[in-house]
Amino acid sequence: MDARRESEPTPAKNRTTVERTSERELVVTRTFNAPARIVFDAWTKPELLKRWWAPKSFGVSFISCEADVRAGGTYRFVFGHPASEQPMEFFGRYIEVTPHSRLVWTNDEGGEGGAVTTVTFEERGAETLVVLHDLYPSKEALDGAIASGSTGGFSETFDQLDELLLTLGASMGRS
Amino acid sequence: MVQYGRSGFDASFAALSDATRRGVLEQLGRADASITDLAEKFHMTLTGMKKHVGVLEQAGLVITEKVGRVRTCTLGLSRLEEEATWIERYRQLWAERFEELDKVVEQLKQKEKVDGRKKRE
Repeated sequence: MDARRESEPTPAKNRTTVERTSERELVVTRTFNAPARIVFDAWTKPELLKRWWAPKSFGVSFISCEADVRAGGTYRFVFGHPASEQPMEFFGRYIEVTPHSRLVWTNDEGGEGGAVTTVTFEERGAETLVVLHDLYPSKEALDGAIASGSTGGFSETFDQLDELLLTLGASMGRS
Repeated sequence: MVQYGRSGFDASFAALSDATRRGVLEQLGRADASITDLAEKFHMTLTGMKKHVGVLEQAGLVITEKVGRVRTCTLGLSRLEEEATWIERYRQLWAERFEELDKVVEQLKQKEKVDGRKKRE
């Protein structure tokens, strides 16, 4: 039981924290056990971003992942899910790209209520502290996002869809 | 923001002590429903269900709204609870993403080490 593998040192899991720091801002923090340039690469090279942005647990897969990571460049992520014919799209524009330290982009798929995301990479010894800010245009926009129940994740959306399909199937079977 | 006093908690606990009422909350977690729908689902009289919904409403766990002749019930989580739940889900979303990112970062680090060694050789 519980045999430890000593051959490959697995880094201890670092904690992700989230705080609503103001009426219209959310802040996510996480430390990574690598220098900033490596972490930054993973956020800015589409082929790398693709590998972690939609983990398996989300239940979706990338159909395409385009990102022109430079100030003024745009990105467009398209995801598919087995239960949905409609792909989901997320898109926006990079406002600032400062190698190894700062990224700023817009989230335009939701129209005018979308947040502006700022990510900073701060090297601390062998680690990098990543701080992500989602700044909404107004208190109402953030309250609205919370009230909608959607966190921008996919599993929840599709869980709801799965459940709906199940309910529909069950009620049809019953009648 | 909703302030919870001692009596608020007592009302919540009292409301939750009944299996039917817990069932109603679970049902409303899936979709809003009218009192008639709920009475049918739980095989109860309309009057019986009205009482249960009344207790839940008193505790702030359910909100009802009359539209035309139908009274619709909705889950009445306080704004504060709703926000806390949402933030926790949002945190999990990023935590899962970052676990995958850890793997990518680890591979890049390994690759850099190997490449560095090759260059030196």
